[in-house]
Amino acid sequence: MRKVFSKPASLSDKPFHYCPGCTHGIIHRLIAEVIDELNIKEEVIGIAPIGCAVFMYDYFDFDFLGGAHGRAPAVATGVKRVHPDKMVFTYQGDGDAAAIGTAEIVHAAARSEKITSLFINNAIYGMTGGQMAPTTLLGQESTTSPEGRSKEMAGYPIRLTEMLATLEGTVYAARVSVHDVKHIIQAKKVIKRAFEIQQKKVGFALVEVLSTCPTNWGLTPIEATKWLEQNMIPYYPLGEIKVPKEV
Amino acid sequence: MSKILMKGNEAFGEAAVLAGCKYFFGYPITPQSELPHYMAKRLPEVGGVFLQAESEIAAINMVYGAAGAGARVMTSSSGPGISLKMEGVSYLAGAELPAVLVNVVRGGPGLGNIAPAQSDYFQATKGGGHGDYRLIVLAPSSVQEIVDLTAKAFDLADQYMNPVMLLADGILGQMMEPVELKDIKPNIPAKPWAVNGMKGRAYRNLIVSVHIVAEDNEKFNLTLQAKYDKIFQNEVLYENYKMDDAEFVMVAYGSSARLAKGAVDKAREKGLKVGLIRPITLWPFPSERLAEAATTAKAFLTVEMSLGQMVEDVRLAVNGVKPVYLYTRTGGMVPVVKDIVVELEKIVQGGGK
Amino acid sequence: MTKVTFREERCMGCELCVHACPQRIVTMAKHINAGGFHPATVVQQDKCTGCAMCALMCPDVVIEVEREEKQ
Repeated sequence: MRKVFSKPASLSDKPFHYCPGCTHGIIHRLIAEVIDELNIKEEVIGIAPIGCAVFMYDYFDFDFLGGAHGRAPAVATGVKRVHPDKMVFTYQGDGDAAAIGTAEIVHAAARSEKITSLFINNAIYGMTGGQMAPTTLLGQESTTSPEGRSKEMAGYPIRLTEMLATLEGTVYAARVSVHDVKHIIQAKKVIKRAFEIQQKKVGFALVEVLSTCPTNWGLTPIEATKWLEQNMIPYYPLGEIKVPKEV
Repeated sequence: MSKILMKGNEAFGEAAVLAGCKYFFGYPITPQSELPHYMAKRLPEVGGVFLQAESEIAAINMVYGAAGAGARVMTSSSGPGISLKMEGVSYLAGAELPAVLVNVVRGGPGLGNIAPAQSDYFQATKGGGHGDYRLIVLAPSSVQEIVDLTAKAFDLADQYMNPVMLLADGILGQMMEPVELKDIKPNIPAKPWAVNGMKGRAYRNLIVSVHIVAEDNEKFNLTLQAKYDKIFQNEVLYENYKMDDAEFVMVAYGSSARLAKGAVDKAREKGLKVGLIRPITLWPFPSERLAEAATTAKAFLTVEMSLGQMVEDVRLAVNGVKPVYLYTRTGGMVPVVKDIVVELEKIVQGGGK
Repeated sequence: MTKVTFREERCMGCELCVHACPQRIVTMAKHINAGGFHPATVVQQDKCTGCAMCALMCPDVVIEVEREEKQ
């Protein structure tokens, strides 16, 4: 008997603290699988966010640095400039990357920092209690948009990946989803590509991952995957938006 | 080594480079911009990196990353920019990372102006950022001292795993004086805790400032406090100027202390027994020296370019034993020696504020 | 010959694996685990093809899949 599927070595054995059905766990696993496959566990430095994934460093078995809300791309810049040959990645939610840390991610991209940036979009603030995110869809209810997000009050949801793709410094920009097996397999390929681009020192590589938040969406895990597919993907289309010729 | 003429802002930079600082992240603001200009030219010569960040917030977080990665790293700014950096300073203190910040203080509050001031004393010494932490604060009073204290700042940061601030002002940043770049050496200790990839290590390194359980956070804060107590015991620096027979003691730091020295000399010409205690470390503050002076002095006069900030520490140290008076200019205005002497004369005659 | 193992103590009972399994052989157990969840389990191991779709979908790395090596 040969193990065809088991916990990747780069993941620690600590059980995740996420809510049942939250897809952060899937994304964590995919990152660990990619790091194992590229054999870079001893080279990699992760930058943890603020938000539900604030304790993500507990789930990985390699170097990690946790800083302030939204500043992960700046922290990653500091690390990468000191260790240009190491592999540095950031993991940020929609509040972290698309609200409080907008300046930091825009300028890390503009400088084409040779890092891998993972942007987890679940259209809501999870940890603080289901408030409206910059990526909350029009009409979507949250604890700070109880009647649904209105464009008159809160404007429009941000397509961060398309926005960053307009910058010369962003060499790779893609959006994937983890709501079903087919898309999870695709997501892993894309995340792996974003790390390979860093290995080749091409420039700033961004992957947006559409993720679920059953708890704050008020849905069962299964319903949440359906909601993502039916509501998020039409507004946040999947695919590779920008691919460098080096890959 | 012979002396060379250097501008204060540039002296910060050269001393940092000699102390082994290879990374500088900053954002332009007057009156400190000559420092980033200098680093932009100088750091590539030593294989380092100068990076102009998109904001002070980004700059201090780049400092956080570089410090965590194990490098000697520096940033500089002035009042409004330092306010923005305070988030990162709290994280540096909480994560126990060594880094050096320069604040070339300007007039405030708000946008204020670009003239010299000392009004960021509270921000530097009493917190500035959130949480129970301390920043080591060094206050040079000459360009030579800028050189010496900058090198010391990096050593203190590494020794105590704590951010260190050099608090100057527009006068010190802009003035030129001859300096000796004595034999500053990069005394960089090993940093086995740095995040630089696990290769060659059996364990992974983790740098965070979160302690989600209150009991754990209290325990951690108490270890920080023990460290701060040690700094307070070991690192206090001050200068005594004509203190041997002084009956009236001025207390001033930085640029104000230069003027206070002039006032000591003038007052002594008039036969007044005046001396000066110049705090060099603003945190830890030389409280014990002031308490000791209070046993023999008749009165104290604090001279500062802020409306009574350091005077609170002087009063805490003197603890009501003797009267503590205050002479201030603010908003970018600089004290004048003859006005300080007039104030001293009033105190001697039993007046003063 | 395939074998699928559920590390039941890690399971949070989200049921995503139940819906991911093309053979429909994953079910939720009647008992509860230490975390207070009904853990997922496989009742008809012999029907498992070892496709690992349950494991791919699981957010909590509960599932291990083993397959006989082809000679």
